[in-house]
Amino acid sequence: MTPLLEVDRCTVQFGGLKAVAEMNLSIRQGELVGLIGPNGAGKTTAFNLITGVYQPTEGDIRFEGRSVVGRRPYQITARGIARTFQNIRLFASLTVFDNVRAACNMHLRHGISHALWRGVAFTREEREVEEMAEELLAIFHLDHLRDVECTGLPYGDQRRLEIVRALATRPKLLLLDEPAAGMNPTEKVELMRLIQFTQEKFKLAVLLVEHDMRVVMSICERIAVLDYGVKIAEGTPEEIRNDRRVIEAYLGE
Amino acid sequence: MHRPKTWLLLFVLLIAACAQVQDKINPYYFDILITIGINIVLGVSLNLVNGYTGQFSLGHAGFMAVGAYAAAAASIGITFTYFDAPSANAILAYLADPDQMLFFIVRPLAWLIHFGIWAFLAIMNAILFIHNEVVSHLQLLPRIPQFVGALCYGGGIAALAGFAVGVPSLRLKGDYLAIVTLGFGEIIRVVIQNTEAVGGSRGLSIPSRETGLFGTYLAVALTVYVVVLLVHSTYGRGFLTVRDDEIAAEAMGINTTKYKVIAFVVAAFFAGVAGGLYAHFKQFIHPEGFGFLRSVDIVVIVILGGMGNTPGVILAAILLTILPEGLRALAGWDVLPMSVREIVQNRMILYSLLLIGLMLTRPQGLFSGGGKITKWLKGRASA
Repeated sequence: MTPLLEVDRCTVQFGGLKAVAEMNLSIRQGELVGLIGPNGAGKTTAFNLITGVYQPTEGDIRFEGRSVVGRRPYQITARGIARTFQNIRLFASLTVFDNVRAACNMHLRHGISHALWRGVAFTREEREVEEMAEELLAIFHLDHLRDVECTGLPYGDQRRLEIVRALATRPKLLLLDEPAAGMNPTEKVELMRLIQFTQEKFKLAVLLVEHDMRVVMSICERIAVLDYGVKIAEGTPEEIRNDRRVIEAYLGE
Repeated sequence: MHRPKTWLLLFVLLIAACAQVQDKINPYYFDILITIGINIVLGVSLNLVNGYTGQFSLGHAGFMAVGAYAAAAASIGITFTYFDAPSANAILAYLADPDQMLFFIVRPLAWLIHFGIWAFLAIMNAILFIHNEVVSHLQLLPRIPQFVGALCYGGGIAALAGFAVGVPSLRLKGDYLAIVTLGFGEIIRVVIQNTEAVGGSRGLSIPSRETGLFGTYLAVALTVYVVVLLVHSTYGRGFLTVRDDEIAAEAMGINTTKYKVIAFVVAAFFAGVAGGLYAHFKQFIHPEGFGFLRSVDIVVIVILGGMGNTPGVILAAILLTILPEGLRALAGWDVLPMSVREIVQNRMILYSLLLIGLMLTRPQGLFSGGGKITKWLKGRASA
């Protein structure tokens, strides 16, 4: 069976710096993979690469067997890859509910004429979008905040809202960029549970960048480690924990 | 469930009733009322681009000019002669002339250039053909359908111009986009100035005055209806996401370029309609009337009303149209001491001072969101 996502010997070069060098990574359907590495190792660059924000200097990226290189980010999202951002990028002027509804935009069957005419089809579709948004918000316990301006939310809630918004695009692969950053230990435990729950419920594959080792080790089935743009190890949490090169990368020799 | 279409219908009936007293109104107040209406159309439509979509356009007067001249040409019945191929051939002959220094560089390019010129002229001729056909058919219609047709035609041509300008320039952001749209506005002005068929720099007179209260406020109602309903739908929320965060919008599967172009085209259409109304109201249009300052006036309405706040922009359009006239009245009021009246007589200075004061105290716009009217309108518009 072909993997869901295949990153094939990808290199990204900024001037003389190779932010990511000859990276290989494959993710199967429904798998939860962790991507870790010290600061500046190229984890976020890898995310930007997969989602089309950067183009690879060399190499190929295939999603469901078809190359996504050269596609614009919105086209890649339409194929089924959604992401969250390390530095939160919510739509600041919209409410919590509208943030989620905005992400449903891509799946609309009706366009500008329906928005203006407001017939039966429009109402029905608007209701579908509302129901879906409400359901997702409820899973992440944000439903009581639906009419709050999203900039007014606490940090942890904003991170969870980002995940909800990404899920609203109905992805097959979800990329989470440090979802637990800035959360307290109880929130982290709750978040881990939620990630696993949504992964099973929506049959998602998840690629997770995270600094909190407890989060990564406890929920990931497989972990890849980046250092200076090079993948230095890949394996089960157990293998990674005992890998000499990984320990060196984090702690020095 | 609210019913925006019912509200639109009620409003149209209301203005139809009000327009019955049109002939009894003092011409001066009538003039102000129409100007207010035109300014609302301009402000609300520009707000879709500058406010809701967050793209800074300074070329709205250019689209207004396109609409004004196209509508005027349609109702007067101005047709154009086609570009001829010989002018392209003359350029080719010049380029291919061995006496020219650049011959060796140019000759390989000459065919390419020739083809480019030919293609350009062919497209222009196709547009002119459509124009001539539309105009000659409109001439056969009775008065009111002809006026409506001319307005729609003006809006359509302006929308076409919006598309042509929008597609290449909307890749630019912020200041750069402002400069490109500014440049476009100037190009339009110069092109009109040098087009003899529409009077060139002498201006163009329109024989009949068609614009009335009903027509103007029908355009106002339609503009507000389209902009508000677009923005308050799942489809139209795309505009707001483009303004808030383009990268996040793309990551959520929203084609940001498409939304920017749609905003630009819709805004240009209504600017064109406003231009048509203006032309058939003043009965005389002049390229200098659609210059940079005109664009700035419209931007001021949008900023003063609050970016992305339609009720605010409507109020700002009313206020900014009345203010200079109010100051004029104040200067003529003989109860006031002479010294005060002399100050007020420099009303444009006072007007600019008022603007500066407003921007210092209410930078978010005079009537920025969160107010009762905004909430009420939102309630009406959302499904």
